Amino acid sequence: MGIRFDHVSVAYGDTVVLDDLDLTVDPGGFTALLGPSGSGKTTALRAVAGFVRPASGRVLIGGRDVTDLPPYARGVGMVVQSYALFPHMRVDQNVAFGLRAQGVPRREVAGRVEEALGMTGMADYARRHPRELSGGQQQRVAISRALAIRPRVLLLDEPLSALDAQLRSDMLAELARLHRELPDVTVLYVTHDQSEALTLADRVAVLDRARLREHGTPRELYGRPRAAFTARFVGGANLLPARLTGGRVHCLGAVLDADPADLPPGASDGDDLRVCLRPHRVALGEAEHTLEGVVSDVQWRGSTHRVTALVGGHPVTAELRETPAPPEPGSTVTLGFTRRDAVLLTPEEAS
Amino acid sequence: MLVHDRFARWTVWGLFAALVLPLFLLPLGVIAAAAFSTSWSGVLPSGPTLDNFAGVTRGGSLEALRVSAVTAAVASLLALTAGTWAALVATSLRRRGRAVLDALFMLPVAVPTVVVGLALLVAFSRPPILLNGTQAIVVIAHTVLVTAFAYQSVSAALDRLDPVYSQVAASLGAKPARVLLQVRLPLLLPALGAAAGLCFALSMGELSATMMLYPPDWMPLPVRIFAATDRGALFSGAASALVLMATTLVVLLLLSRVRTRASFR
Repeated sequence: MGIRFDHVSVAYGDTVVLDDLDLTVDPGGFTALLGPSGSGKTTALRAVAGFVRPASGRVLIGGRDVTDLPPYARGVGMVVQSYALFPHMRVDQNVAFGLRAQGVPRREVAGRVEEALGMTGMADYARRHPRELSGGQQQRVAISRALAIRPRVLLLDEPLSALDAQLRSDMLAELARLHRELPDVTVLYVTHDQSEALTLADRVAVLDRARLREHGTPRELYGRPRAAFTARFVGGANLLPARLTGGRVHCLGAVLDADPADLPPGASDGDDLRVCLRPHRVALGEAEHTLEGVVSDVQWRGSTHRVTALVGGHPVTAELRETPAPPEPGSTVTLGFTRRDAVLLTPEEAS
Repeated sequence: MLVHDRFARWTVWGLFAALVLPLFLLPLGVIAAAAFSTSWSGVLPSGPTLDNFAGVTRGGSLEALRVSAVTAAVASLLALTAGTWAALVATSLRRRGRAVLDALFMLPVAVPTVVVGLALLVAFSRPPILLNGTQAIVVIAHTVLVTAFAYQSVSAALDRLDPVYSQVAASLGAKPARVLLQVRLPLLLPALGAAAGLCFALSMGELSATMMLYPPDWMPLPVRIFAATDRGALFSGAASALVLMATTLVVLLLLSRVRTRASFR
């Protein structure tokens, strides 16, 4: 079953926390709502679960308008950052809770509980209490509990944020596997971590300040962002000031060809633009286009050196792989890039 | 320990003992000592005896203890039910409604208990509701007096209870009644136990409102202790007081056991 946000707005008093969200999640799809805190992503998820009532617009699940349905009638599974396992129940009782609530016949409950715990590898822990489990194990139980009711929509609210780095990467793989094994379950995944969104989701919706900024496949958003915010938030990018003059883009001394198809819609001669360059696409030395700058900072990051140079007063970051002799701070460098790697964007609106 | 210096530590302990012993423990110790004596003319009571306790069993004090315990149990149960219910309602109200409810439940605490007693006496002394002289009016008075404490401790616990538990339960398909009975109330159990103990202890010691209301066939133990000391029977009064203290303490200990078993984290 798909999820559809039909121009959904949510407000608390005078504060609009979600502004006219229009978004469709295909049946069986895995969509990540990505954004910084306060962007409205969790509010959007809570609107699907039924914990906030939209001020306007409709929420549809599987084509059915659920805007006025109470949470218990929506049939969505939910996993939250704090796990929220019921502390007074054992693991198996936690998983059985939803089945009992949905009136699953008593004799089927035990089998369904075992099946759900088996999916996350937690079957051996059925008789324990949540407090006897580690964070990662609690998260697995929480996922089992949500999956036990065989929801057709699964809502995940920052499920990995409370885990440490190693565990997070294990759980990331686990979630990807579950999604492969349960192709009918539509997943809405809220996160502020772009790597989780890029890894897991087949569609990413980027939200910022209560509005949907961009929506597309992870590859599109990363390779061809259409909004400066997306470029910055997804993967990190250099956003260099530029100006469109006489059909060409002048950027910190470099002059780039601008095919009309490459220009952001509505851009006309004399407009300010931004040139988006991924740091790992910037190299030292001569190339198709070059920028001259003075090195201000060099960070060693194990597999890469992160070199920041000031070009005309504007910092440009290059991520260099395995450089035997990185430039010294204070030295003058030539940074090169190809036209293909530069994306032209309209400047971000001021906050 | 925040104080690391040995000398300073002893000083702090000494100060603590100097303040706590005379204020809290000494008066209780004196009652205990008096309960086992026949006379008190010197510094310490003298004439050790158990006769005072024989008086407790003979003179109807045990019946008064039973009356007190039944009153306290019933009043606590009613107060806990009403207080919890109101606290649950208060969390779902907007700010203004909540303020009204908070103020309403503060009233019996803010108003002197004698006034509460008088108010009930005046209100229920003539038809249509004639409760004056019945056992019920004592229980009602105690309920009114302790409900505020039940309401306050339960709503404080509800404020600390993360709403995410109820939300997850609802998303799993549980209707509000199931969420309340299987998730919220079990999570509130420690607070409910604490509130029950508080209500019981307060009701067991209530004197001023009870004095104005009790019928002859329903005399709680504090009234009896007061009557005994009033007519100069100091030592049998002390013995009854000790029994009252011990009973209350036992009930509180039992309730705190429930509480520790119920607190999961």
